[in-house]
Amino acid sequence: MSTTTTQPRRGFSGPDQPPEDVMRACVHCGFCLPVCPTYRETHRERSSPRGRIWLIKAVSEGELDISDPVFKSEMSLCLNCRACEAVCPSGVQYGELVESARAQIVQHEPQPASARAAKAVGMKLLLGSPRATRAASYGAKVYAKSGLGSAVGATGLMSKIGLGHAEALRPAMQDEFLVAGRESWPAIGSRRGTVALLAGCVMSTAFAEVHRATARVLARNGFDVVVPPNQGCCGALSVHAGEADHGRALAKRNIDALGGPEFDAIIVNAAGCGAAMKEYDFLLREDPAYADKAATFVERVKDASEFLAEAGLVETPGALPITATYQDACHLAHAQRITKQPRELLRAIPELDLVEMSESDLCCGSAGIYNLLQTEMAGQLRERKVDHATATGAAVIVSANPGCMLQMRAGLAARGSDVQVEHLMTILDRAYAQVEQETPGA
Amino acid sequence: MTITTDQSTVVIDALRAVLGADYVVSDRAGLGVYELDASDEAITGIHRPLAAVLPETTEEVAEVARIAAEHDLPLLARGSGTGLAGGAIATQGGVMVVTTRMNRIVEVNLIDRYAVVQPGVVNLDLSTHLAPQGFYYAPDPSSQRACSIGGNLGNNSGGPHCLKYGVTNNHVLGLEVVLPGGEVCRFGGPSAENPGHDLTGLIVGSEATLGIITSATVRILPLPEEKGVLLATFESMETASRAVSATIADGILPSALEMMDKVTISAIEAGIGAGYPRDAEAVLLVELDGPTQTVGEERERVAEILSEHGAMTLSVAETAEEAELLWWGRKAAFGAMGRLAPNYHLTDTVVPRSKLPEAMQLVAEVASDYDLIIANVFHAGDGNLHPLILFDRKEPGIMERVLDASSVLMQHCIDLGGAISGEHGIGIEKNDALTLMYSDIDFGEMARVKRALDPRDLANPGKVFPSNFDRFGEPLD
Ligand SMILES: Cc1cc2nc3c(=O)[nH]c(=O)nc-3n(C[C@H](O)[C@H](O)[C@H](O)COP(=O)(O)OP(=O)(O)OC[C@H]3O[C@@H](n4cnc5c(N)ncnc54)[C@H](O)[C@@H]3O)c2cc1C
Ligand code: SF4
Ligand code: SF4
Repeated sequence: MSTTTTQPRRGFSGPDQPPEDVMRACVHCGFCLPVCPTYRETHRERSSPRGRIWLIKAVSEGELDISDPVFKSEMSLCLNCRACEAVCPSGVQYGELVESARAQIVQHEPQPASARAAKAVGMKLLLGSPRATRAASYGAKVYAKSGLGSAVGATGLMSKIGLGHAEALRPAMQDEFLVAGRESWPAIGSRRGTVALLAGCVMSTAFAEVHRATARVLARNGFDVVVPPNQGCCGALSVHAGEADHGRALAKRNIDALGGPEFDAIIVNAAGCGAAMKEYDFLLREDPAYADKAATFVERVKDASEFLAEAGLVETPGALPITATYQDACHLAHAQRITKQPRELLRAIPELDLVEMSESDLCCGSAGIYNLLQTEMAGQLRERKVDHATATGAAVIVSANPGCMLQMRAGLAARGSDVQVEHLMTILDRAYAQVEQETPGA
Repeated sequence: MTITTDQSTVVIDALRAVLGADYVVSDRAGLGVYELDASDEAITGIHRPLAAVLPETTEEVAEVARIAAEHDLPLLARGSGTGLAGGAIATQGGVMVVTTRMNRIVEVNLIDRYAVVQPGVVNLDLSTHLAPQGFYYAPDPSSQRACSIGGNLGNNSGGPHCLKYGVTNNHVLGLEVVLPGGEVCRFGGPSAENPGHDLTGLIVGSEATLGIITSATVRILPLPEEKGVLLATFESMETASRAVSATIADGILPSALEMMDKVTISAIEAGIGAGYPRDAEAVLLVELDGPTQTVGEERERVAEILSEHGAMTLSVAETAEEAELLWWGRKAAFGAMGRLAPNYHLTDTVVPRSKLPEAMQLVAEVASDYDLIIANVFHAGDGNLHPLILFDRKEPGIMERVLDASSVLMQHCIDLGGAISGEHGIGIEKNDALTLMYSDIDFGEMARVKRALDPRDLANPGKVFPSNFDRFGEPLD
């Protein structure tokens, strides 16, 4: 348990208290209400950002007890999608508030030790070590191939951590995992720099091909791409769940593994991971050994689309005659404020017709492990998203976050729709592959 | 209003029977969030209703009103709670009708150019809904992304574009209203001319003190062919004010003409970064709309006038996104004050346009006399000032200074021939200041109107009327 110099306040105590200055910056103007997915669904003030800030303040001031059921349920119902933060005129860092409030709930929880342990074990098993994720994933794959697929989903890893209903969201496992330290891609043409790629936990297994696509696109644009060893999960899910200490341990490991001066940037292709890594400075603010390192680290963390748009494409991608619509992942659009770059990259692909869906930046309900815990709200939001996406008539929904992709695929599959969901980097990679076909030997 | 626990259980049960338990909020935490609107709690105080209800239909609102009346309980409406005068705060407890679920756009008629909406429809959502058909709803309070049409009607809200198009009451054709006893009345309607007393006009701006609006028929307008946005910087607020008068005197009517000072710009840039020049003492944001050719000509003329009247730099928004960002900055300005201080008190005074330079000087004097930071961001075109006094309520003795400064400001504006509120309503923030404008006789007449529609003073009691009047509007000695 880490120590803290912060004075305990009435309702909160110990480390990770919601920062007082952030709470006080809220002037309750209400601008954030209309963008909040849970408010839009429920129309209740308590399920709005302004309402939640009131609840956090009330606990802080001793007006409400930290075990108040409304407080606790609202902290869980929040998607942490950060839409409120992106529109707040007063710049309230809502994410910091809700994450600290959750950490406080976890700390104060007189949780039955077994439940807490099960959750922690699950979290660690799933996220802590890429090897464990790979092993679990491998097991899942073998079972899936042996025809026991859904049985595994219901009784295997997911149910071990109390998430038996997660089967529909279980990613299809890819044949070749991406193992950090084993693969690298040299720059093609004149070299512009070296970047480190975050392999992540779920991404390195279920989305290994997206990684390879990302690396090929970067290499094609003049960058050496390496996947440094010893890295691991970004820690986002732990932090979101209030397991701040676990998140900090993961953050430190990544800073050690990826923070070397030889890398011009640390490239992330999962919005949720990128957002979390850009906030390592906040997470480690009270850690004397890592606070400064974290501050310089975060400046080099870049979403793949952000990095490519900034660097500029060296070569025009090949043509892809498809109609596509782009889904703004919350942790890209709101937490990282990246909305233009992915669209610019898509528009750079000849013959690709980009059509906008309405409410593109309203959360799809995936939100980390939210869809596993808050099934009802997540389901409502998923349907809303799929309605909007399919209304565009696009054949492909492009996103830059694995969670959103799984959520939308599950929604589409439930409707028997043949609309595809692809990662932005996969689409770019495919477009570049067209160039190769057009000009053999290039 | 005191009420026993038994009574409150009876009331809550009755409300649940009408709306279902999900839509009757009566627990401590769930109600707590309805303590606030966008006004400052340091001034409005902390108040909680007995219950907050979320009806979906007019009939449900009428039932709720009947239950409240039966138990002699106050009844008030709340839209999005973005009001700046505490109008939607339950100062006397009672039942709060939250209209957020009444968010249906019931009818759109492009030929007769009206839309029928429920009160909880968010202002901007109506325009967004109409945009594909080339129409929009003109009144645009800066809070339009969040505020409800019901709240706009309650406060007779204005906005940047009201300079050219007029405030909310110019855009309302008819209303459906639930009176405090539960009767449902319909005033006006879609046709342009309505015979008889203009009770629609009476309800608009009455801040739920006469009843609750459950449906509104509003005018819709075709979108202008072209918009041009200009940004000019000045060396002082006074010079910028003179440039405003000169522009209007030239016969040009911009669709919006907004002024901001250096403090405001620093708040906006710190909060959201909209690209305003941080070093300017004052900026004017001018928008022209209409046929493309006219907009082009007027833009040139305005640029000429502004340069002649001391503009240091002039820039034109090149793209729609650039213009939008400047507008977003302007509209976020009040909220952005949170970057500078945890509390602000806003006076919403109006002065004749010709008196703007003097008014700006007076504001600066008050700021220095009371040793306060006052930010200015306002609808310069119609002289609707918004001096925002920034403070931290935790500072001892600050409230007194803020309130004193605020009343001196209001008095100055009245002396210049203006009014104490342009658009944000009176609520419980400005009710006492209303005595600066109206006599006892005036209040007596307003009270008679109120009593005719609300004989038991159940509709949003304690609002609008000054606190030295009793619940029937008779002055207390
Ligand atoms: C950042 C910011 C900028 C703003 N800019 C402007 C501006 O440019 N111009 C402007 O005029 N205002 C502005 N306001 C003030 C406010 O947004 C408006 O007054 C708005 O109309 C309030 O709408 P609401 O839905 O939030 O109403 P609420 O705050 O919920 O209620 C306002 C009043 O209307 C009454 N009311 C609500 N619904 C009904 C109903 N159905 N029937 C009868 N009465 C009802 C309430 O009882 C209350 O008295 C601003 C506020 C903020 C925070
Ligand atoms: S927009 Fe920001 S300041 Fe306004 S209510 Fe929401 S969090 Fe508070
Ligand atoms: S993070 Fe998302 S769900 Fe949570 S309060 Fe903000 S907008 Fe609402």
